[in-house]
Amino acid sequence: MALSGVEIFKLLPKTNCKKCGHPTCLAFAMKLAQRQATLDACPDVSEEAKQVLGEASAPPIRPITLGSGDLAVKMGEETVLFRHEKKFVNPSAIAVAIKDTEADDAADAKIDAVNSSEIDRVGQKLRVDAIAIMNESGDASKLEALAQKVAQKAPNVAAIVCTENADAAEAALKNFSGKGALLYGVTDANAEAMVNVAKAHKASVGVKADGLDALSALTEKVKGLGIDDMVIDPQSKTAKDMIENNTLIRRAAIKKSFKPLGFPVINFATRDDSMLETLVASVGICKFASIIVINSVEKWKNLALFTLRQNIYTDPQVPMQVEQKIYEVGDVTADSPLLITTNFSLTYFIVSGEVENSRVPTHLAVMDCEGLSVLTAWAAGKFTAGKIAEFIKESGIADKVSHKELILPGYVAILSGAIEEKLEGWKITVGPREANALPAFLKSRAA
Amino acid sequence: MAFTPPKESYSGKVFPVEAGTGDGAVSLGGENVLPFHAFEGEIPNKPLVAYEIQDVPPADWPDEVKSQYEGVSDDPVKWAKHCIDELGAKAIALRLVGTHPDGANRSADDASKTVKDVLDAINVPLIIMGSNHAEKDSEVLVKASETAKDKNCIIGKAQEANYKTIAAAAMANNHKLIAMSELDINLSKQLNILITQMGFDNARIITDPMSSALGYGLEYTYSVMERIRLAALTQNDTTMQPPMMADVGMYVWKIKETQAPESDLPDWGSLKERGIAWEAVTASSLLLAGAELLVMRHPEAVKTVNSFVEELS
Ligand code: B12
Ligand code: SF4
Repeated sequence: MALSGVEIFKLLPKTNCKKCGHPTCLAFAMKLAQRQATLDACPDVSEEAKQVLGEASAPPIRPITLGSGDLAVKMGEETVLFRHEKKFVNPSAIAVAIKDTEADDAADAKIDAVNSSEIDRVGQKLRVDAIAIMNESGDASKLEALAQKVAQKAPNVAAIVCTENADAAEAALKNFSGKGALLYGVTDANAEAMVNVAKAHKASVGVKADGLDALSALTEKVKGLGIDDMVIDPQSKTAKDMIENNTLIRRAAIKKSFKPLGFPVINFATRDDSMLETLVASVGICKFASIIVINSVEKWKNLALFTLRQNIYTDPQVPMQVEQKIYEVGDVTADSPLLITTNFSLTYFIVSGEVENSRVPTHLAVMDCEGLSVLTAWAAGKFTAGKIAEFIKESGIADKVSHKELILPGYVAILSGAIEEKLEGWKITVGPREANALPAFLKSRAA
Repeated sequence: MAFTPPKESYSGKVFPVEAGTGDGAVSLGGENVLPFHAFEGEIPNKPLVAYEIQDVPPADWPDEVKSQYEGVSDDPVKWAKHCIDELGAKAIALRLVGTHPDGANRSADDASKTVKDVLDAINVPLIIMGSNHAEKDSEVLVKASETAKDKNCIIGKAQEANYKTIAAAAMANNHKLIAMSELDINLSKQLNILITQMGFDNARIITDPMSSALGYGLEYTYSVMERIRLAALTQNDTTMQPPMMADVGMYVWKIKETQAPESDLPDWGSLKERGIAWEAVTASSLLLAGAELLVMRHPEAVKTVNSFVEELS
């Protein structure tokens, strides 16, 4: 349960020694209560206080890592219900389900799809994060065979072993020992046996129960068995249930500091209709799921879900931006054309991508507009004729190109006259409005 | 530790708004909870998806969506009937893009003739939208309002620059009004206040906080919608209580993700599904943020969104 500042203060040394960087123990206690400081900043705190406060000051949703190495995914640690309040922290992991009853070639195709799922979008590399192997057959040896296949073909991808049978769990999980796998399928009935298997292979566990009351009791039980790293499944059957359960869990954890539900949530969004599945998965992304399991990971679906995840998980206060400078796209020469745009990362990546598509080497001048898009920056008075002229002059680009022609985004055509006045000797050319017209535009000029 | 579901109760409620007349009338809004939070309140109406049609053939729509309306999109009446009879549309959104001065520059009279023809042919609610040219829209939408008198249409979009004439016409002819501002909760609130100060009933407005496509500013629309809905429910702010609209298709079907062929971008997968998914996911996330009225283009995307709404209800 969350402690108030005063309650925390009672447990501190009360010497006001300032070593924590705060003027008094009380000030530090207040910061702790607001989760704006961590206890380790006070060197003199007693063991007893550490224990009590450690519990209380832990993040409301436990941080857990799925997988290992470069592809490991962090989950939990969320602090708010709405993204405008504060950045959502750890983006939902997308996992594809493979049943141990699926034909070999179907399973292979899914593994290949995961291995080749990486997409670069606005500078971030996004991919399918995990494979959920499902003990549909109920047979331990079938699950084991699938686990071996996955471990061999996708050795770096996080594995989620899904079964309620401890023997099958052991047979499968040993293939992912020490690799941050998740053993999903812990119930009230099998908890002891499953926890032992998970411990033996350093896996976290996924617990499921009918209803949030039963789920809370189960996480307490599993904790009592010595496992803290849990992912919880409220077993929502419909998108409607997903919203209800995920919302209640997130509220209980964050607003009530209700520890038994302070864990990342896993949702099975699997549907026969792939397009509908995409939309159900979108509920998981918007509404608090840490792992979303789906049946299929077609490239079009991945792109849509990754993009949504990126949108929902961006910082609402700071648009993603890139550094102000003159970027060289391709093997530029002094004769290569010069384009200008703003430093909003989405704008930069779209424009540079299209310039690359054109295969015409180009100087791309990216101007700092506090991460605003072309039109927004223009409307906000940050992408004005005066500022553009100044930026071009100071950039020194005039010494690097043999021409004096600057190509402007079509949406701000209105600026061309004023820039020509302020940038003496330069010719301003208005480019197309949409970046997808850039390849044709650049090619026709180069021809 | 026993678990008590942390349910919330809200002091405010979204206005219920009815559009259309007779058997074909449909209601929107009316809920006193956040989107799809039926576990803690009342949601009397499901969100409504309207099929977008235009007064001129959709020359700038990508082939994938244009081809869905081959043989009907040359005539708004045929097009509207196709959406209703073949695709099961529960509402039609007629965009009078042909009136834009930089385009076909159709006159307000021509446009209102189109409105009349479409209205005569359908019995579902009609949403009538201009070409988003502030000046021309006030002329076109005033005429259209008169032509559609008492048909209880949803007319817009009224913006800061032209709301006076459009709101007056909507009021005089008994229509609902779309009030659009640009992605800013304060601008949205201010416009609703200005419109109500003219004597226009708050409960007859549909707020359009401005849409954006997935990957192209969606997060801004998403958060503005969430904030508007929270203000309506938790602060009982009546200026923020009209249902919200998301003009999805228009933003989605002009971006690269719905146009670039798979041969150019193999990592992006099939263009057909990608386009449909783009429109459907833009729609689904805005539904989760609070939109009650969606304007969409691709029949497959609409179909999936409708199944999704069923699953959520
Ligand atoms: C998201 C958004 C915002 C966000 C900011 C996001 C950001 N990081 O920029 C927020 C909410 C903060 C915002 C604020 C404002 N916004 Co704003 N915003 C948008 C919105 C919806 C999307 C912008 C975007 O992300 N576009 C995507 C990027 C990639 O587009 P882009 O940078 O223009 O790049 C494209 C092209 O320009 C071209 N291109 C880019 N560079 C180059 C270079 C060359 C050489 C070439 C050839 C082409 C090219 O390629 C890209 C893809 O095609 C647009 C409307 C819309 N749907 O476009 C309005 C929009 C830009 N905003 C607008 C306005 C008025 C404002 C505000 C002034 C008012 C307000 N609503 O609060 C404020 C100003 C901000 C401030 N700080 O004061 C108006 C501008 C109107 C105008 N024409 O003047 C728009 C167009 C909305 C509208 N229809 O009225 N906005
Ligand atoms: S370091 Fe510890 S004892 Fe010293 S002021 Fe801070 S809280 Fe108090």
